[in-house]
Amino acid sequence: MKRFLPILIFLAIGIAFAIALTRDPRKLESVIIDQPFPDFSLTELNDPNAMLTPELLKGQVSLINVFGSWCVSCNVEHPVLMDIAGNETIRMVGINWRDDRAKGQDWLAKRGDPYDVIIFDPESVLAIPLGVVGAPESFITDKTGRIRYKHSGVISSSEWTGTLKPLIKRLETEP
Amino acid sequence: MIAELGHIALIMALFVAGAQTVVPLIGVYRDKLSLTKFSVPAAKLQGVLLGLSFFALTLVFVGSDFSVKLAASHSHSAKPLLYKISGVWGNHEGSILLWMVMLSGFGALFAMRSGALPDKFRAITLAVQGALGVGFLSFILFTSNPFERLNPVPVDGQGLNPLLQDPGLAIHPPLLYVGYVGFSLAFSMSIAALILGKVDKDFAGWLRPWTLAAWSFLTLGITMGSIWAYYELGWGGWWMWDPVENVSFMPWLIGTALIHSIMVLERRPSLAHWTVLLAITAFSLSLIGTFVVRSGILVSVHAFAVDPQRGVYLLALLGLATGGALTLYAIRAKTLFSQSGFNRLSKDGGLVLNNILLAVATLTVFLGTFYPVFIEAISRNKISVGAPYFDLTFAPIMAVLIIFMGAAPLLSWSRGHWGQLKSLGYKALMIFLVILAAAFVADINLLGAFGLALGIYLAKSVVHIISKRLRWNEKTQAHSARLARKQPAQFWGFVLAHMGLAIFTLGAVTMSVWSQDTIGRVKPGEALTVAGYEFTLGQPEGGRQDNYEFLRAPVVITKAEKPVKTLTTSQRFYPVRNMVTTEAGFHFSPAVTLFAAIGEGTPQEGYILRAHYQPLVTWIWFGAILMALGGFVSLLRRREEAA
Repeated sequence: MKRFLPILIFLAIGIAFAIALTRDPRKLESVIIDQPFPDFSLTELNDPNAMLTPELLKGQVSLINVFGSWCVSCNVEHPVLMDIAGNETIRMVGINWRDDRAKGQDWLAKRGDPYDVIIFDPESVLAIPLGVVGAPESFITDKTGRIRYKHSGVISSSEWTGTLKPLIKRLETEP
Repeated sequence: MIAELGHIALIMALFVAGAQTVVPLIGVYRDKLSLTKFSVPAAKLQGVLLGLSFFALTLVFVGSDFSVKLAASHSHSAKPLLYKISGVWGNHEGSILLWMVMLSGFGALFAMRSGALPDKFRAITLAVQGALGVGFLSFILFTSNPFERLNPVPVDGQGLNPLLQDPGLAIHPPLLYVGYVGFSLAFSMSIAALILGKVDKDFAGWLRPWTLAAWSFLTLGITMGSIWAYYELGWGGWWMWDPVENVSFMPWLIGTALIHSIMVLERRPSLAHWTVLLAITAFSLSLIGTFVVRSGILVSVHAFAVDPQRGVYLLALLGLATGGALTLYAIRAKTLFSQSGFNRLSKDGGLVLNNILLAVATLTVFLGTFYPVFIEAISRNKISVGAPYFDLTFAPIMAVLIIFMGAAPLLSWSRGHWGQLKSLGYKALMIFLVILAAAFVADINLLGAFGLALGIYLAKSVVHIISKRLRWNEKTQAHSARLARKQPAQFWGFVLAHMGLAIFTLGAVTMSVWSQDTIGRVKPGEALTVAGYEFTLGQPEGGRQDNYEFLRAPVVITKAEKPVKTLTTSQRFYPVRNMVTTEAGFHFSPAVTLFAAIGEGTPQEGYILRAHYQPLVTWIWFGAILMALGGFVSLLRRREEAA
């Protein structure tokens, strides 16, 4: 029966692929919506001595973006984030995920840094409770620091103007 | 108009490919020579039609015809000509078209060069090539049409990501694709051989040149990608275990095993199963390499769900091609030679071990790359796998492989004995002991020292084999020179490829263990120091060029007060994309690579400056290019005697 082994292995891989790929991760995200941002205590990417906690999200609507120097789609998303940072007043928080501190810094130095503050999360301490499945991913929190929206994948300009920006404007009017 | 002509050529190519699949198979079935012969002109015509279609798309890009959607979203009238052309394949639709052009090109080339092969074998090979063409042409036409028009026509294109405006990117995908697609012939020929029950010595001989060519181009392509990523994306990372890199590396590993299996099959009826399965796997991994990356599931699982139509189509194609081939293998496996008896301690035994190690290495990379996808399928949890995993699992396998690689070529075919290893064995032991002892005494990283010892041992083993072959120690120089001339091209191919890996190993180990960098804020005239090199920032100046504005500064490097080199580093601002990038200044020399990159800052506060010291990094690419060269040299001449 050894001759059937290659095809059986291939079928097993194929089935795993088929299941994995036809599930739309965007449908699974309702769990964390309206929940408070998970607790964490991590350092700033550019300042290993500065500790960051969820306190930093209070008082202002924030766009939180998960990225990494290893993430190829982040290259695609990056110009859009630079646009947002250049034209909007929203607070931009980066989560540098599964990265090396120097590589993360290099990546931003090379392309420009759209973030106001960057949480350095090399061990997925924050990414796991946040339910991050891949980069890039983005979250919007309201003034109380609750998660109100999750976006998986690259933010395109049209998604920014059509969905995210109006939502942020609305959240900004909330107390 | 040009776009429509290109589109029509594609549609015609689809019909030709269909005929190329069906007619020769009927011919083989009915034993009609006239029908089997049809495969040859069909393959040539398909090649011409795809060439025309690709030419049409190139004209659209060069002429900045933004009524074509693809050009509008990926080109810009202000782009330099070279990047308008490379923009053709800098996107999903165009890259798949390029891939298809090469597939049909290989089909046409095979049709032209295979006159001496048996008719049925040739016809089935081309029919399978045609079937692959049908699959991918319909994929292009139904889901990824590069000639789609746009209404209203935009005033100008949306440009190309400036990071992608680079000569490295212009040539990297075509080289890689020649490698990927070259394996399609190994695949098609294996199917033909399975159907005809002809997995033998002759088959191995026919397979060999195409596989070697594909492997050599793939090696070059991966090397180009690494160089490009090094100075454009990675800043010193020559290999990042990025999924996109991994999927090009897997067909390379399997292709390497395939080349070695073919060498055995050419000589004796063994490793037939290995050869066929490796050929099928190499091409399947190439398919995954091209299309799975393009569909985006590796970059981010999300990309796939966003465009399920393309993804499902590609998965179906992969399933048909690979699943069909493996089913055929299951049915026909009985007709293959089973491994004939050979001593484990022999060149054959070494090559089987080589196959096993390379297959395990591939599996490791495969798991690391796709594990997140599988885990997500089962448990909805995403587990992250990164460089640490690969360093931990891949490096040890390679270390074992190198140890055997140094020894196995010394053994004779079929029946070796320990005595053949003795002369090298003592020297090898000395190399390891001396280097490790020295490292221990000098308090140098022991793992790094072990890596260096591996590289030196492999180089020593190649030299040892040359000296044995040319009888350096026994005969006169003139005699050795005469023997050297008599060696088959394949022997020199072996020397180059194995020596290339030795050099590569030395470079990779040194670079991983002993590179250094630093970052700091310095004012013009101040300096950073790395590994004894002083990097002094000069006076920055601003300006404007092509489609960007820049801030440029010289960085003077000195070592022990002696000048080494003055680099230029700059920051660029691209208004079209509102994007800032940094161009590092590089100093390449055989032993060390130094580079500096300037970041944001002002004359008063100073500028962020990065300084990197990277020893032997150029050896990595030099070694890899030697490996590719080894492949090309082996192609030169038929082997005259057993190596």
